[in-house]
Amino acid sequence: MSAMRNSNWDRRTVLRAAMGLAAAGGLAACGGNNGRGGGSGSGKNLVQYFHAYGEQGTEQAIKRYAKAYKDANVSTQWITGENFESKLFSALLTDKAPDLFEFHPQIQLIRSGQVADLTDIIDPVKDDFNQADIASHTVDGKIYGVRMIDDPQFFFYRKSLLEKANVEVPQTLDELIEAAAKLTTDKVKGLFLGNELDPIARPLIWAAGADTLDEKNEIAYHTDGVREGLVKLRKLFTSGDLLLGAPTDFWDPSALNQGLTAIQWCGMWAMPAMQEALGDDLGIFPFPKVTDTGKPSVYNGGWSMFVNAKSKNVEAAKEYVKWLWIDQKEYQEDWSLSYGFHIPPRTSLAESADKLKSGLPAEGVKLFNEYGHFDNIGFTQAMLDAVEDVLGDCVRDNGDPEAALDKADGKVNRELKKLFG
Amino acid sequence: MSTITRSGVSRPAPAKAPRGRSRRGLRGNPTANFWLFTGPFLIGLALFVYVPIGWSLWLSFFDARFTVTPSEFIGFENYQYMLTNDDFVGSLITFTVFAAFIVPTTWAFSLSLALLVNRLRFMQAFFRSVFFLPTAVSYVAAALIWKMSIFSGVRFGLMNTVLGWFGADGIAWLASPDPPWYWLVLVTVRLWLQAGFFMILFLAALQNIPQELYEAAAIDGAKRGRQTFWYITLPQLRATSTAVILLLLVQAYQAFDEFFNLLSNATWGRPPLVELYYIALGENQDYGAGSAGAMILTLLICVVTLLQGKFLGFGRGDESK
Repeated sequence: MSAMRNSNWDRRTVLRAAMGLAAAGGLAACGGNNGRGGGSGSGKNLVQYFHAYGEQGTEQAIKRYAKAYKDANVSTQWITGENFESKLFSALLTDKAPDLFEFHPQIQLIRSGQVADLTDIIDPVKDDFNQADIASHTVDGKIYGVRMIDDPQFFFYRKSLLEKANVEVPQTLDELIEAAAKLTTDKVKGLFLGNELDPIARPLIWAAGADTLDEKNEIAYHTDGVREGLVKLRKLFTSGDLLLGAPTDFWDPSALNQGLTAIQWCGMWAMPAMQEALGDDLGIFPFPKVTDTGKPSVYNGGWSMFVNAKSKNVEAAKEYVKWLWIDQKEYQEDWSLSYGFHIPPRTSLAESADKLKSGLPAEGVKLFNEYGHFDNIGFTQAMLDAVEDVLGDCVRDNGDPEAALDKADGKVNRELKKLFG
Repeated sequence: MSTITRSGVSRPAPAKAPRGRSRRGLRGNPTANFWLFTGPFLIGLALFVYVPIGWSLWLSFFDARFTVTPSEFIGFENYQYMLTNDDFVGSLITFTVFAAFIVPTTWAFSLSLALLVNRLRFMQAFFRSVFFLPTAVSYVAAALIWKMSIFSGVRFGLMNTVLGWFGADGIAWLASPDPPWYWLVLVTVRLWLQAGFFMILFLAALQNIPQELYEAAAIDGAKRGRQTFWYITLPQLRATSTAVILLLLVQAYQAFDEFFNLLSNATWGRPPLVELYYIALGENQDYGAGSAGAMILTLLICVVTLLQGKFLGFGRGDESK
């Protein structure tokens, strides 16, 4: 053994070093796998990315619309899991990127040349769109996405539980915290803001009379009102009246439907499922004002179709978007109203949508119109993430709100500097 | 001390080798054989490990936002950004805390399991398999089970049900870093997943310890149990222990799945890989800064591994004594 040692030594060292680096290399090799069937080849094969909608029948519907299109073969990637944006962003860097995808309007997609200009297909019907939706997709006069659905987010509550606890619908954040305390029993928690509180980051800012960014694209969320709101939320978080660690997150109606909470932050999409489970025992209200100068707020989220500017089939993809999301009103109506409830961004469709004209859905539309805040295209995913981290740092963790806001400022300013100079 | 690998099977081999070699001419060239056998592996290694590492190194000197083929050279700016980034430096601390928990715990737990299973006279294969099975479970699946059923924050979560029997209030295990209940979730899930695998390694090493040593010790008056464990078993397991600790450390460095799934949107408890994921592949899409972070991390792992090898003697093998 020892006689062979010298000659073996080099090879072993080589292999050992290689193995060592291989172990370390696992770090570098950690990349996005966008396993995706057929597509980018010749002719008109289009691939579209959708995040997984929770409502029954949505995936089948999207595939049904695609099948009805004759000019191209459109295949759908239904992306499950919670990090749709990460998967989408990394896929967009590869040559296996989708030709078209749904997302929210965010300027970095435009600045990095990842989404195509859709002005020519939207322009003829521009006036039939909710003008706020057009504005939120416009940069320098060009429109980059076609809004499919508007999804207002607000609080849903069980009327019977509030009555039993003798609680009025909260008008301020203080009243909301008080209500949560009164509604909490050993079986039911008073309030559910999502497991990670992230959906209320923006509504809190708006309800405190602030905004994410101002018109000059500078930070507008760092105000005394927002700080006050954060301090109050910390009190709520530690009170034990908040439902935390629930099996489903805020976007799923289960927490309210199954009686885990009396009030839940959720979206209009879940309204049909809640009505089915709870009947008339259901009400809604906006995020209550945080300070005296604030105003109740609703987040008018939603999803839009974008075309990948680097796709080999940009024109074909644009044709498909035009065909489905501009021309096919029947499908647009089906998509907006047959599964979850969404407000159609097309004025003509919204006006003819009988399902949204009475009862609770009509109240939802009213909140959308009265208190709604649309996306700001200059406020990107990275900035949103930084602002959501504020809730992590000083509401879920016991950090100083001012320090948390300063930390977010640093990150947001770095983004703003890169995007707007 | 050098008896571990030479006992039994391996001893006759060197004596036969020269004759075999002269008979088969083609295999006479050790260099050709070396490349023949390691070639495919090395090609794969180069393609899937070294090229990405090289690319990362290149990217780390560029302003690479939303692209992996950047053009703006910015020197060490990314490195400066990462080293002054509290989140990244914090993640290295998170990792250190995690490693300090998980490495000794897994080591001790898998060794005890191995000792227990090794003493079984019947059903040994059954228990060996039962403890080994969790190794086959994916980290993501296990993390989801831990998150949604065992450590769920609602009153009917398994742990909260148990707490309820004693009249205690339910705990939202993963909601807040204060008190740091999330470490309990993280450490237990990894322990459950890993212990079985390392138990098998220890079991193999235990069965390789020559029985003569124990017999000789018994004749010399050593008591079974603590004494033989401390002076025979443990020293004989030195090589395996060192390897296990090294593997555990590397795996702790690579921790990602369970942190990512258990602590979504948390600003605490992010190990380096999760932090880098958020910087490079997540919302930020900053491949330059992400690559700089990966380089710093790779360098750290290399240094730690070399130091560990120096102090614990991994790789020197048995010849060193």
